[in-house]
Amino acid sequence: MGAYIARRLLQAIPTVFGVALLTFLLFNAFGPDPVRTALGNHATPEAMANLRHQWGLDQSLAMQFLEFLRQIVTFDYGKSFVTGDDLGTQLKAGALVSLSVTVPPFVFGAIVNVSIALFITRHRDGVVDKAARALFIAAMSVSALVYVLGLQYLLAFKLDWFPINGYEGGWAAVKYLGLPWLIQLLLLMGPDIRLYRTLFLADINADYVRTARSKGAGEGRVLFRHVLPNAWIPIITQNVTTIPFLILGSFLMERFFSIPGIGNLTIDALSRGDLPILKAVTVLGALALLLFNLINDLLYAFADPRVRLS
Amino acid sequence: MAHAKPRSAALEALLALWSRPHIRACMIVLALYLLIAFAGYAHLLPDHEAAVGGSQDPPSWHPATLLGTDILGRSVLWRVLAGVQTAITIGAATTALAVPFGTALGLAAGYFGGWVDAVINWVYSVVVSVPDILLITAISYAMGKGLTSICVAIAATSWVSIMRLVRGEVLKHKGSDYVLAARSLGAGSRRIMFSEILPNVVHVAIVTSSLVLLAAVKGEVILTYLGLGIQDGASWGLLIAGASQDLTNDIWGPLAGTVTAMFLLIYSLSAIGDALRDVLDPRIA
Repeated sequence: MGAYIARRLLQAIPTVFGVALLTFLLFNAFGPDPVRTALGNHATPEAMANLRHQWGLDQSLAMQFLEFLRQIVTFDYGKSFVTGDDLGTQLKAGALVSLSVTVPPFVFGAIVNVSIALFITRHRDGVVDKAARALFIAAMSVSALVYVLGLQYLLAFKLDWFPINGYEGGWAAVKYLGLPWLIQLLLLMGPDIRLYRTLFLADINADYVRTARSKGAGEGRVLFRHVLPNAWIPIITQNVTTIPFLILGSFLMERFFSIPGIGNLTIDALSRGDLPILKAVTVLGALALLLFNLINDLLYAFADPRVRLS
Repeated sequence: MAHAKPRSAALEALLALWSRPHIRACMIVLALYLLIAFAGYAHLLPDHEAAVGGSQDPPSWHPATLLGTDILGRSVLWRVLAGVQTAITIGAATTALAVPFGTALGLAAGYFGGWVDAVINWVYSVVVSVPDILLITAISYAMGKGLTSICVAIAATSWVSIMRLVRGEVLKHKGSDYVLAARSLGAGSRRIMFSEILPNVVHVAIVTSSLVLLAAVKGEVILTYLGLGIQDGASWGLLIAGASQDLTNDIWGPLAGTVTAMFLLIYSLSAIGDALRDVLDPRIA
């Protein structure tokens, strides 16, 4: 186990190096000049040279890349170009807000959607199943943006159940987060229930299920005692690999409802040419993805004794 | 065989799709959208930038004002149709970038193995490690916002799955008898890869390409709303983003028109994609 983890971490080094290189090339080498973005088209050459020096952009690309690698290794991403704030504090605050937007619908959605999928599987190929499948296919053919727009109009503008948008820190945030939670819950239903239904159906005619049936187990017992325990592994996989995206937040929700999470921070940084934020978010996002993939593989081996870590 | 002449696999697949009434309807819808897009390329669509009435006229039975007019008096229907052209362009360009790229790299990685495989897999692991939205953000920063950068960005996130699938298939085929036979007859690497193995694995790429198309059409709307996508002209993303303000004034035309147009295209594409998978590769259904 320890050796396996050590080897996986070693294998991640070239990947992280590649991510750093890709990020650096896209932002520092190919992107527009952030000094020009900050000062506009009428800045004097001296002002531009000063700012370029202050931001460390007057060094050669190789030196800048080495500095970026140092930042990645020490987890010290420096300061924002625009606000001058320490990035660590800013990103931590943003991640907490993003998590408060994404975690409740994620947890609640997992429980609700597994239950609905079990119910649909219990009545597979019946009216409920067919109607639900048709409904989900139709619902998933409408852009997520339309649900956000429509529900904001209906529930916030017309019925006045929620504020239109905005955000406050602390417990007052709940007032503003209710509508984004509800929308995300609805958006998750189609894809999740379809996935879970497929997972349950994959095993419904397996030998061990047939054996259980032949021993007189009812459909409910078959589903809860036999099919569900075996489906836990892919369900966990699905959910563990989603966690990095929860930290990253929902760009669409944050933008639409003006919630100051990582998504909003990133998009603002993009229009201001705030390279340190953009690079830090990209690399940290990739690190989170790699880490949770490893955790997922470990859980997988832990849950299924047939899987050998090698 | 009932048929005197052997038909190509592609024609066979198309006929199998056509024989299902539901899929036939979807194919007709798709053909209609392609027709609209080509009419747009040939400048045969009505001008969507010209004013056809007053500001925000309500819908009426005249074709140009069927969905009303926007704040500048331009026909909403003509703008939705111009959005069809944009959507088809983005879908086609993204697919045309991602599918050949992913297929070629998958073919090379699977066939040559060794350091070629190692390098391609390294690039793969780098790209899949960056969350899609962040890669798209980075590319749109590097390339500037707009239609080209959306296509490149979505293609950059979608070639990886095609590469992986094609590579897996090539590994299965590499040692099979027909490849050995071709090699013993003196065929070179290029011939074996493109004339022998490719025709046997290309179905994987075709099936996945319908997913790339869908991702591109849906992605445009979200990315445009986030400010990463199309900045001017007519696109469904811009129309839906603008509809937010219209709704509070009880104007439904732009939203209703765009949602219907998008629904028909996305629904047809997913239905055809699913059916294509059934027809071409029943194992991965």
